[in-house]
Amino acid sequence: MTSLPKNKPKKKLGLVIDLDICVGCHACAVNCKEWNAGGHSAPLTDIDPYGAKPKGVWFNRIHTFEAVHEETGRSRTVHFPKSCLHCDDAPCVTVCPTGASYKREEDGIVLVNADTCIGCKLCSWACPYGAREYDEDEGVMKKCTLCVDRIYNENLPESSRAPACVTTCPAGARHFGDLGDPSSTVSKIVAKRGGVDLMPEQGTRPVNKYLPPRLKNIDKQKDQSAPRMLTHQDDSSDGAGLLARWVDKLLS
Amino acid sequence: MSFNPFETVKEEVDLSVDPADEVKTTTCYMCACRCGVKVYLKDGQIRYLEGNPDHPINKGVLCAKGSAGIMNHNSPARLQKPLLRVGERGEGKFKEIEWDEALDLASQWLGDIRGRDPSRLAFFTGRDQSQSFTGWWASQYGTRNFAAHGGFCSVNMAAAGLYTLGGAFWEFGEPDWELTKYFMMFGVAEDHDSNPIKTGIGKIKTREDAKFVSVNPSRSGYSAVADEWIGIRPGTDGLFVFSLIHELLRAEKIDFASLARYTNAPWLVIENPGGADDGLFLRDEAGHPQIYDVREGLVKNALDAEMTPAMAGRYALPDGRNAVPSFELLAKRYLDKQYAPEAVADKTGIPAATIKRIAAELAEVAFEQEVVIDTPWTDIWGRRHEKMIGRPVSFHAMRGISAHSNGFHTCRAIHILQALLGSVDVPGGWRNKAPYPKAIPPGPKPAGQTTSANTPLSGVPLGMPTGPEDLLVDEKGEPLRIDKAFSWEHPLSAHGLMHMVIRNAWAGDPQKIDVLFMYMANMSWNSSMNTKGTMHYLTDKDEAGNYKIPRIIYSDAYDSEMVSFADLVLPDTTYFERYDCISLLDRPISSCHGPADAIRHPVVKPDRDVRPFQDVLLDLGARLKLPGFVDDKGAAKYPGGYSDYMVNHERAPGLGPLAGWRGEDGKEEGRGKPNPEQIKRYIENGAFWSKPFPPDQQYFKAVNKGYLEYAHHMGWVANIEPIIHQLYSEPMQKFRLAAQGHGKRQPPERHRQRIEEFFDPLPIWYQPFEEDFLQGEDYPLHALTQRPMHMYHSWGSQNAWLRQITSWNRLFMHRDTAKALGIEDEDWVWIESRNGKVKGQVKLITGVNPQTVWTWNAIGKQKGAWRLAKDAPESTKGFLLNHLIDELLPAREGGKRYSNSDPVTGQAAWFDLRVRIKKCAPEEIEETAPQFSALGVPPNMPDVPKIARFGKKLTGTPKGAPVAAKEWIAHEGEVMSALRRESQKRILRQAQDEANAGKKNSHGEKNK
Repeated sequence: MTSLPKNKPKKKLGLVIDLDICVGCHACAVNCKEWNAGGHSAPLTDIDPYGAKPKGVWFNRIHTFEAVHEETGRSRTVHFPKSCLHCDDAPCVTVCPTGASYKREEDGIVLVNADTCIGCKLCSWACPYGAREYDEDEGVMKKCTLCVDRIYNENLPESSRAPACVTTCPAGARHFGDLGDPSSTVSKIVAKRGGVDLMPEQGTRPVNKYLPPRLKNIDKQKDQSAPRMLTHQDDSSDGAGLLARWVDKLLS
Repeated sequence: MSFNPFETVKEEVDLSVDPADEVKTTTCYMCACRCGVKVYLKDGQIRYLEGNPDHPINKGVLCAKGSAGIMNHNSPARLQKPLLRVGERGEGKFKEIEWDEALDLASQWLGDIRGRDPSRLAFFTGRDQSQSFTGWWASQYGTRNFAAHGGFCSVNMAAAGLYTLGGAFWEFGEPDWELTKYFMMFGVAEDHDSNPIKTGIGKIKTREDAKFVSVNPSRSGYSAVADEWIGIRPGTDGLFVFSLIHELLRAEKIDFASLARYTNAPWLVIENPGGADDGLFLRDEAGHPQIYDVREGLVKNALDAEMTPAMAGRYALPDGRNAVPSFELLAKRYLDKQYAPEAVADKTGIPAATIKRIAAELAEVAFEQEVVIDTPWTDIWGRRHEKMIGRPVSFHAMRGISAHSNGFHTCRAIHILQALLGSVDVPGGWRNKAPYPKAIPPGPKPAGQTTSANTPLSGVPLGMPTGPEDLLVDEKGEPLRIDKAFSWEHPLSAHGLMHMVIRNAWAGDPQKIDVLFMYMANMSWNSSMNTKGTMHYLTDKDEAGNYKIPRIIYSDAYDSEMVSFADLVLPDTTYFERYDCISLLDRPISSCHGPADAIRHPVVKPDRDVRPFQDVLLDLGARLKLPGFVDDKGAAKYPGGYSDYMVNHERAPGLGPLAGWRGEDGKEEGRGKPNPEQIKRYIENGAFWSKPFPPDQQYFKAVNKGYLEYAHHMGWVANIEPIIHQLYSEPMQKFRLAAQGHGKRQPPERHRQRIEEFFDPLPIWYQPFEEDFLQGEDYPLHALTQRPMHMYHSWGSQNAWLRQITSWNRLFMHRDTAKALGIEDEDWVWIESRNGKVKGQVKLITGVNPQTVWTWNAIGKQKGAWRLAKDAPESTKGFLLNHLIDELLPAREGGKRYSNSDPVTGQAAWFDLRVRIKKCAPEEIEETAPQFSALGVPPNMPDVPKIARFGKKLTGTPKGAPVAAKEWIAHEGEVMSALRRESQKRILRQAQDEANAGKKNSHGEKNK
């Protein structure tokens, strides 16, 4: 019921999240909460913060799970940060009855206008990623703003002009840039590493990309049938031959 | 405003709001990492915390804990005013008192015993980051009964490293993250260096030519992103490392040249079985160790510049004794077939082929992928080296290895493997952080052999013994300290045994005390073994109705569990409200690139009647008239509080807590007169000081002339002399000789065998004690704990944000193990040990060693503590494994029960725990056990909000025009070079393709 921008945004600001590196430390989630608690969508209300069911608004949540291959039994522990993907075809926007949920033409960021949001939650039903956060206390839907109040902010030093989740990530698992520009570094990283869309079958065309885990060169070369081994210089049970060799070793 | 429902209201977004009235920089205290933080202040309140990009530790990043610090600062569990107990201990009934009354009372209690017998005070300071100050206070007070939390944390790692390399993994060293090509991380609970490790792993993962191997029973956290995960069985890392050494020796893939020059491998060891000098180094009259020079055919000073030392062989000495290079002893031990990969595979759970492959990979990277830096440097013998050549293999290990009863030897083994590969403090290897390396082991020795009324100790209470003469024991060889540190039970207990203090004080073994004074140590709950027992020790009374531990003074900023067990509570501030110093005298924040220290300073004013603990300690020191705390006239020497001490205290002339901006003009570094402007300079510089080493001092520090001269100037080393790595440990052999009946000081009979067995000068492996004792009993599983990264080393999981991530813990268990026991995912189970049982819910996984279960530690809370609701999941579902861990081992022959600790260092053996798992009956589920009565809440604590709207009133004000958004690429250098390589490859490929196409064409043309 709300239109996406008539002119498709050329600039597509978004995140590139490296699942090969993310250690699941929650740094991005907490710093995001802290910045945004006093930011564009302030506050990020916490209900019952010291009680039985503490429940607050978070724009970014980290899920840790095991992916198990049922046949081989091989498995992997995955740390998976999830926030709004700022989709090109954002169903959360088109479903909005009031125009509160909108996509910015100038950079593709999807935002919620708290003044016109009626808290109907249609957008959270429409979003296949569960990336919307309803603030019960305020009766308003909230979500990742891509730190729209940081990235252009002339009051901040340049080193802070990126989304909080990106600047704070200790492992360096998060990049930020224009994914609409094929010559940008983020686009190059995505191309090189085979970055993927989350749930492409949903047809949302997300801007954010995930970089899959990769195999290192040292392991690529590994011939599993014949594991690398060192050549023993002496196979006596106590290694006496080696000790004898070393007696005359000249070292200086 | 008229509202047209068919028209979209366009939102005006303020893109350039000013988020702060003021930004101040200080140092984080959410863990032991101690990063620089920028504090955004709005209307006098903290609005936002951001990593300081200029800070040497975190370079702009900040972890989850650091960001959540704001919620610790605003916590409703913050204590408000000094408290005096009015109910029974453990009830949490208090009345508020004024500071004057509190300090009068404390100084009366403390002054009384100081006038009789200062050792009746036990002063233990938990996760204190000002130990050089608190230790000095204890020393001036005159009690030997002082330590911090190192004994139950990581002393095995620290001591093993310091007795071997003069530095140690984590706190005293780090991998050369920029250049290392093979990084191995050992053990669970590895997150002590929170942000640097994450950043380092991120770099390694970004480089194509580097590999990260994790050796860890659990595939959580870092192990999940490791290029290879080795799910070892807990407590067997030593065997694994010995087997790697075995393989490397067999293949002669060790750095002989580095061993000959930088280690004691060639030093001659006396072979004189039964003699008092057996196993000691052969020394000349001046005490210099000796080598056998192969070229010259004679025995000579091992510290000479020019020599050709023998690494093996047996050499007859003129007096008829024989001597062998210590390397021969080392090689013989680990060449033995008992350490062959096939022989250790079963015990470690690592296939022999994997061990062989890892050894081969280590060898390949170390010896075929040298890293060379074209920087000339000069060694301590005056020899110039044109290049710095490194073997880019680095290790990291922490509490997972440390917290076993065989931890000291295993920790030493890993440090030794690092040295055998020639990768200590070299490009790409493992590097010392300033002020390390120090002498091996560093001085001084523990003080307190004698104490007397109103008299300071002769030195500091903690130190590094090098032989039986340094122990603190009475004439019968019995312990003098309350925790039995530096006794025959745990001779090298360099950090004390905090986990034994309460039990020993209760039992009066080896002595009774009058006052237990603690700071920041949650000893009645998650910092103790046998938690239920500890509560009993704290509350138990004698026949006359008096508490067995007569008085307890406790300082904490929060209403933690331990508060309820104190008689007098001295409320501390949060870390944003006080001065602190992170000193080179203490636990520095330096990196391998150079020394650094830092301060905290009040960025906001306390809104309650609390005082910084360090100020309180200075105040008490002055009231007690402790030497150093008062001037000649008896007036307080540091009336300005801790910041006054930080600037004006001198430990030795010119050496104070802070190294930066010393001297009257503020231009001196390291040494210099106190500078009244020093704190100001620190604040101007972002609350830290750092000084990168020049390129020629970055590596080989143990023998680097320029570095050692600088280290001496800075007061880090007493002499400008080489620091030779001690693979073979002579201090260990001295204790063993005493057990064999040599020397003036020998162990009491019942300790002899233990000392002889465990004081092996070369690392040994033995079954962890708990498992060894329980053989044949039905506790088939290892049980481990770790802290989640978002709470690691963090104080108080009452944090409103972090508890939304984790508010209760489950028991992680391998699917197959559970299946065999008939346990399904989400089942409630009893976890039973020889010390009791606890109840929790399981989560089945595959990323864990099948013989191991584990859980997050210190999530479980006692009801009523931390201002959490009584139905908070922390107390209804969260559980502690601490209940299952006995602080004592089962009785040995003769009834002696040793502490559940490493026999060398006294490190608490948390990870030795063995358990069995039983499914709960249907009526037993949904609530954890054991349950305890709810602790009381101190008077006048603030209300706990039902809804928290943090930030609502702290939003920014529109100011200025927006600027253009920029790309942000993490690890930009590595990413860009990878991209460049990729595009170069593409260009090459294209050129190749074109050339090939050209060839084809020419062929084609020819064919035409």
